[in-house]
Amino acid sequence: MENFAEAATINAVACPACGLLCDDLSIERSASGSLNVVKKNCAKSVAFFERPYKPSQPQIAGQASDLKAAIAEAIALLSKAKHPLISGLSTDIQGMRAVMNLAESASATIDHMNGKSSMRNLYVVQNSGWQVTTLTEVRNRVDLLVVVGTDIVSYFSRFFERMIWNSESMFDQDTSAREVVYLGGQNLDTSAGISPKGVKPTVLPCDMDRLPEVTAALRALVSGKHLVATEVAGIAVSDLQKLAERLKAAKYSVMAWVASSLDIKHAELTIQNITGTVEKLNQTTRSSGLPLSGNDGDVGAYNTSSWISGYPFRSSYRRAHPDYDPYHYSTERMLEEHEADIMIWVNSYNPDRLPPETDVPTIVIGHPAMKFKQTPAVFIPVATPGLDITGTQFRSDSSVALPLKKLRETGLPTLTEVLSAIEAGVLTV
Amino acid sequence: MLTKLTGGKVYDPAHQVDGKVMDIYIRDGRIVDRPRDDEPINQEYDIRGKVVMSGAIDMHTHIGGGKVNIARMMLPEDHRSDPAVHSEFCRAGCGHAAPSTLTTGYRYAEMGYTAGFEPALMPVNARQSHLEMGDTPIIDKGGYAMIGSDDFFLRMLTAKQDQNAINDYVAWILHASQTMGIKVVNPGGISAFKFNQRALDLDEQNVHYQVTPREVLKSLSRAVHELGIPHPLHVHGNNLGVPGNVETTLKTMGAVEGYPVHLTHIQFHSYGTEGDRKFSSGAAVIAEALNKHKNVSADVGQILFGQTVTCSGDNMRQYANAGLGSPRKSVIMDIECDAGCGVVPFKYKDQNFVNALQWAIGLEIFLLSDDPWRIFLTTDHPNGAPFTSYPHLIKLLMDKSFRNETFARLNLDAQGMSTLASIDREYSLYEIAIMTRAGAAKLVGLHDRGHLGAGAGADITVYTDNPDREVMFAKPDYVFKDGELVVRNGEVVKVTWGHTHTVKPEFDRGIEKEIKKYFDKYHTMNMENFKVSEDEIAEGGRGGVVVHACEGRRERTE
Repeated sequence: MENFAEAATINAVACPACGLLCDDLSIERSASGSLNVVKKNCAKSVAFFERPYKPSQPQIAGQASDLKAAIAEAIALLSKAKHPLISGLSTDIQGMRAVMNLAESASATIDHMNGKSSMRNLYVVQNSGWQVTTLTEVRNRVDLLVVVGTDIVSYFSRFFERMIWNSESMFDQDTSAREVVYLGGQNLDTSAGISPKGVKPTVLPCDMDRLPEVTAALRALVSGKHLVATEVAGIAVSDLQKLAERLKAAKYSVMAWVASSLDIKHAELTIQNITGTVEKLNQTTRSSGLPLSGNDGDVGAYNTSSWISGYPFRSSYRRAHPDYDPYHYSTERMLEEHEADIMIWVNSYNPDRLPPETDVPTIVIGHPAMKFKQTPAVFIPVATPGLDITGTQFRSDSSVALPLKKLRETGLPTLTEVLSAIEAGVLTV
Repeated sequence: MLTKLTGGKVYDPAHQVDGKVMDIYIRDGRIVDRPRDDEPINQEYDIRGKVVMSGAIDMHTHIGGGKVNIARMMLPEDHRSDPAVHSEFCRAGCGHAAPSTLTTGYRYAEMGYTAGFEPALMPVNARQSHLEMGDTPIIDKGGYAMIGSDDFFLRMLTAKQDQNAINDYVAWILHASQTMGIKVVNPGGISAFKFNQRALDLDEQNVHYQVTPREVLKSLSRAVHELGIPHPLHVHGNNLGVPGNVETTLKTMGAVEGYPVHLTHIQFHSYGTEGDRKFSSGAAVIAEALNKHKNVSADVGQILFGQTVTCSGDNMRQYANAGLGSPRKSVIMDIECDAGCGVVPFKYKDQNFVNALQWAIGLEIFLLSDDPWRIFLTTDHPNGAPFTSYPHLIKLLMDKSFRNETFARLNLDAQGMSTLASIDREYSLYEIAIMTRAGAAKLVGLHDRGHLGAGAGADITVYTDNPDREVMFAKPDYVFKDGELVVRNGEVVKVTWGHTHTVKPEFDRGIEKEIKKYFDKYHTMNMENFKVSEDEIAEGGRGGVVVHACEGRRERTE
């Protein structure tokens, strides 16, 4: 048994602070339990691991309480409700299993805090499918990276360090000769795309809301269509034509996007333009999409939900079977229209992700450091997977799930313990 | 606790019992010999007149892992047609082509199945596969680790590393991924596709590694044999679905040079090029070759008509077939320099020439293969059809007039290309019990399953003998899992968690140093995190890991 009261260096630690789930971190623990990321850190991992633990206790209507009373209050509120919504869902696989059980027993609807951006990708999967790749493939194969509508690094700090400018690759590629193109967005910080030799990336800026046209134009050019226009959203068609030629000439191009950054109308059509371009390119060469996501456990949440119910989130157990409706079951809409009469907000990882402000009574089960603007009806602090308890998390590419380590002892209950106790209460009321 | 099943008609091919009326005794989850007369029977089931078999084993079914979950995610329209409502004992979910995990477990048990093996468990995705199988109740499960297009292995072949090193790597993979066997899919071809090769024949080289599928098959079948792994190398050959691939399949049987090999969903690999449409049945030659090669076994991968979804590690072939998908959508992935996947929904139609002939080819293979110990009943769930269609398939095999009536309704050109109507064979209950129980257990390496002798795990299915075999096999009277009654009258009455079956052959741990260096240099995950622990599988009260012995392993060659 590991003694958490002893100082130690822990290696191969996976970091759930973003969807890259880097597991090359080394963490030093002091005898008092404070943690330091000593190797391979980034701002997000430092914020996640090094936040000092301050004991936190359950609250009912803002008043300190104990776990038993808080759970009893949650059961009472839930039992009165006609249509509970369980949202947030920022947790690991074990937590999601408990969420699914409670959702079924309480006839609740589920959605994720990143539901809106996740759906942009899921709509594409459900409508046309796509051809995509994973991080190790990118690290070892990519010769041309096209980044659409984002700098990537503000979401995934170590992407370029780990996947693009790695010094060694399986197939003896000169990785420093990799080409990077930023397509769309304005005033992006593209410095991460500068090669170790100092070669600057190609940058083709446009306003985000013009990305649907720009990506459609690129798709048309890759498909061999002739465009009458000479520019699209400020980008010269000749530049897009050059990009199309580069894509066709590349042996393994990768087109990456971050669904959360595509906060525009027709985001899913933009993604479909990207994946349609990839589909076309694969008729003659190899190319893949790379949908970057997985922050706040969203990829793990929709995977778990899919294998347990058949559907990703934005599904409901209001009937005797799971029911999926990504329009009706969005958190935003359910709260706005008062369709939900109670919300459970689950948030294990990032204390800054507060529940949406609403007059629907809210039970928060989450990170002990959460500070509220709007006092929830009940707050139950729980252990954070990868910090206070072991767990399992999915990476951005949905192909790799990694174990999360327990690094310290806080005595906080697990999400599973809390949700199972609530479920047992709901079933007996 | 002593339970007695009284007076059933027992089919237990492992003990050459063919319909004999016998009593069966169960104690502590195991079948036991007849106790002393003075021992009290705690519970007795009067099953006189009923048919008794051990629980059925699906030795090839895609029930857990990335590609299956992609199939689930991309098919809400299919789930809507088959919602699974929660009941007193069962949680809700969805059924049909890509059922939810919970529903998968319930429905297998409700058909009298007590084990299912995921045949394409990608080592890098092993954790997800086990998480999904961990949420699949009642049945036992296990996986075959899919290698053969992974960079580490192909490098070993390029470097002409000796067989001992290959064996060590294979054993390491089995340990790390907690699996029961080794599977190879389109040997070397998944990798070749990443280098933009669009086909790979048995003796064609992967352009990067300069390695042929034949070399992959040879080294892996030998490794599996030398490590003493009970299940032979599980092979999904090259050229799946390609007219003329019967030649590849015949050559593949020879490529393993006498080592045991299992050719999976062989129906998809038994196509000739005769006739106006250059698509014909290769079933007769395939069955003949199977009958001859005693080291070769196969499962059929029968297609049945209707909507389903194909999920495969063979992204080269799935990419090629994506345009035929219905509804027209597909997910094709390259994965971690380890393997890949392709998910393409399919609707097999009885009036479509190709589909109708595929249907007939599968049945021809079943009926022309002599040895039920070497041919297995699968639809390659969900690729040929969902597993819930097994009772229908059993009826097609056991009832010639039903089969011929169905055949007579198919596409006429396809009928003209098939000899099916001239085959009189009808499978017996004994043969069905071999294919779905005794033979499957032997093939997978489950010594205490698939039979009803003393010491066996008490996985037992009791049916009402009904001349309509589809009705009979769809709804058993009783199903016992490890001695507990889990299904009564075709409905789950108790939910348990099955075991996860694995093998852990001995190997030279020195290889791990090489693997560690390799991971640190090239991969995006740490080698230690690649390994799945037994604790992870048993978490939350789920069934634990069972390790089967690797007997008959060979000493290292010098």
